[in-house]
Amino acid sequence: MEALTALIIGLLVAGAVYLMLARNFMRFLFGLILLSNAANLTIFASGRMTLGAPALVPYGAEAPLGEVGNALPQALVLTAIVIGFGLLAFTLALAFEAYRRLRTMDSDKMRYAEPKEERE
Amino acid sequence: MNSIIFTAGARILVALLFVFSLFMLLRGHHLPGGGFIGGLLGAISFIVYALACGSGEARAALRVSPEGLAIVGLGVALAAGMVSVFFGDPLFTGQWYWVGGDSYETALFSINSVLVFDIGVYLVVLGGILSLAFAFDEET
Amino acid sequence: MMSWLLVMPIAIPFATAVVVYLLRMSPSGRWVSLFGSVLSLVASVALLVAVLEHGVIAAQMSNWDAPFGITLVADYLGVVMVVITAITGLATAIYALGEIPERVEKLGYHALFQTLIAGVTGAFLTGDVFNLYVWFEVMLISSFGLLVLGGSREQLDAGIKYVALNLVSTLVFLSGIGMLYGVTGTLNMADLREAVANAENQGLITVIAMLFMVGFGVKAAVFPLFFWLPASYHTPSFAVSAVFAGLLTKVGVYALMRMFTLVFVGDVGFTHEILIWVSALTMLTGVLGAAAQTDFRKILSFHIISQIGYMTLGLALYTPLAIMGGVFYLVHHIIVKANLFLVSGVANKLAGHTDLNRIGGLYKSSPFLAALFVIPAFSLAGFPPLSGFWAKYLIVKASIELDNWIIAFVALFVGLLTIFSMTKIWGMAFWKPHPDGYDPTPDRAPDHVRVPMMIPIVGLAAMTIVIGFFPEPFVQFAEVAATQLLDPTQYVETVLGARPEALFEVQPDIQPDAAPGVRP
Repeated sequence: MEALTALIIGLLVAGAVYLMLARNFMRFLFGLILLSNAANLTIFASGRMTLGAPALVPYGAEAPLGEVGNALPQALVLTAIVIGFGLLAFTLALAFEAYRRLRTMDSDKMRYAEPKEERE
Repeated sequence: MNSIIFTAGARILVALLFVFSLFMLLRGHHLPGGGFIGGLLGAISFIVYALACGSGEARAALRVSPEGLAIVGLGVALAAGMVSVFFGDPLFTGQWYWVGGDSYETALFSINSVLVFDIGVYLVVLGGILSLAFAFDEET
Repeated sequence: MMSWLLVMPIAIPFATAVVVYLLRMSPSGRWVSLFGSVLSLVASVALLVAVLEHGVIAAQMSNWDAPFGITLVADYLGVVMVVITAITGLATAIYALGEIPERVEKLGYHALFQTLIAGVTGAFLTGDVFNLYVWFEVMLISSFGLLVLGGSREQLDAGIKYVALNLVSTLVFLSGIGMLYGVTGTLNMADLREAVANAENQGLITVIAMLFMVGFGVKAAVFPLFFWLPASYHTPSFAVSAVFAGLLTKVGVYALMRMFTLVFVGDVGFTHEILIWVSALTMLTGVLGAAAQTDFRKILSFHIISQIGYMTLGLALYTPLAIMGGVFYLVHHIIVKANLFLVSGVANKLAGHTDLNRIGGLYKSSPFLAALFVIPAFSLAGFPPLSGFWAKYLIVKASIELDNWIIAFVALFVGLLTIFSMTKIWGMAFWKPHPDGYDPTPDRAPDHVRVPMMIPIVGLAAMTIVIGFFPEPFVQFAEVAATQLLDPTQYVETVLGARPEALFEVQPDIQPDAAPGVRP
């Protein structure tokens, strides 16, 4: 299971790098999504892959009974997913607005903030 | 989306989803559920409504601006955390008052700051997601 | 009560953000924002007083003991950063009264600004790596908003680059956190110190350290990772760019300082050696980049990069004197750099542009502004007796003590080139006549705009002079901060306290039949 997860993370990162090297900003954004999923999987895998029940504490007990999954990385991943979702939504809105105003998605042509004499 | 079936079905579905989101909100802390999940479900109900009848009507049904809802939720959550200053505890320490007993098993119900915090989270999630969803819907 | 001292500098900006967002349509919003900034400064100073008394103070949120709960902790370095954040926040809040147009206020400028301050303060006070990530994100998302607020084409273009590179760095940092948790099983910084030292696989720890270095390096804009900074810092409003220039990159430097003195100290010969050469190249590329620019804010942006090099150099040399110099530099730089950006805003208002070729004559028409430019500019270049001189002196002395002559030479050479850039701004913006042939006199900006813009400049310049002429207490403060960084025993003990060992023993001694309805 660990080997498979590691392989998936590797594939995700490879795909992400491939997409992020593109000039088109949308492709870069898709690469970013893959990369963020790879990071989340890394955290999840770092909590060890065990077959256990959800970490719920029953009535009256101080600690979960029996073997339970590690809840902390799940909480971390949930936080990271939510934050990542917010950031990506913002970036998507920004990309849309940029496309509307700059009329291009090609990051080589986005030179409005650069010195004027260098613009082709 | 111009589909009579979907529009008609959406009315029932939206109400059900929204009530279910409140159920999830109130159920939280001791059982799976809580403000975050409730807020997501609530947002989904309004998004379904926006898909069926347009985001303009969904905004009208929400009555307040989603951004305002989110920021008020942030304030509510922060205030719920600050309540513990009156009891001499650190920030975000849950304050519980049990009615008719002294613990979860025996009491009828409780008045606590944790639910207020969850309500704040609910509003933040509902408002945040709806402001994004409405914005994307209206930009096209 | 101690825990509330730590909470207030974060909670006040958040509460202010909520209120000012609801008031964004009314003109009273900006005054509420200003009031909130004053309150944050009061809270930060109260925290400073407490830290001066106790050395290090820590608090556990919700009464969950470290390393399980969320920890807030303030040592000398953390608290001085919080105070300086509050000062910069107040200065730019006053400045914004004159600069920010009503249209931008209605979009929620003040709420975003206060959230940014809350995020920065949170990053300085947290004692937990994952929370550091969360505060980074709070800071980033509000900085994204502030950067593109107003929505000109330059801003959108700059925003794309800024957002893209910062998101990548965040993900690198996040992967580092995941692997660190996998190796050590904890994310509390104080707890990590021991856990990292005892980790079996030290090679993997070094890999993780490099992931953190890259992640923070992008935020701090060090040598090969700085491209987003000069592409974006010259586009937003001047108040925003002053906060960005003063604070955002310094959060990255602070995070580097914290992690590479507290946690990743197992392989100093490798990690800190890399940092030394990264710092040297950062200084050089920054200052050379500045020499090629003719835009007021672009020159200053490149100088941020070169100055970041000095701070990371202080960390990288890793002697008490060097770290002390790094801390001193950090504080001095925030004041000076924010002030220079504020001056550029006034110059833009009076002379009509930020391109140095298209402005001039400011010395003749506004000698007061010229004097206020000279103070931070000379301080940045390191002229005695201003604050920058002492900061550079400490760093150069530390590198000479280590017989690292190349680094000492680079540091001095970069100081020289900084003077060149500053005299270029001086010559082109202040000395030569205005190319359009008019006098950029102060009354080109009406009083209600000019006065709030000048107050923070005067205040920050006064601070630069005070630090320059009376460096003794500040140097002593930095010395204690460096001592605490190099020997974090007190930090670790304060955070972890007398650790209740019983918490580690899971005791499922309750009989299953006492828990009805639960399957074992």
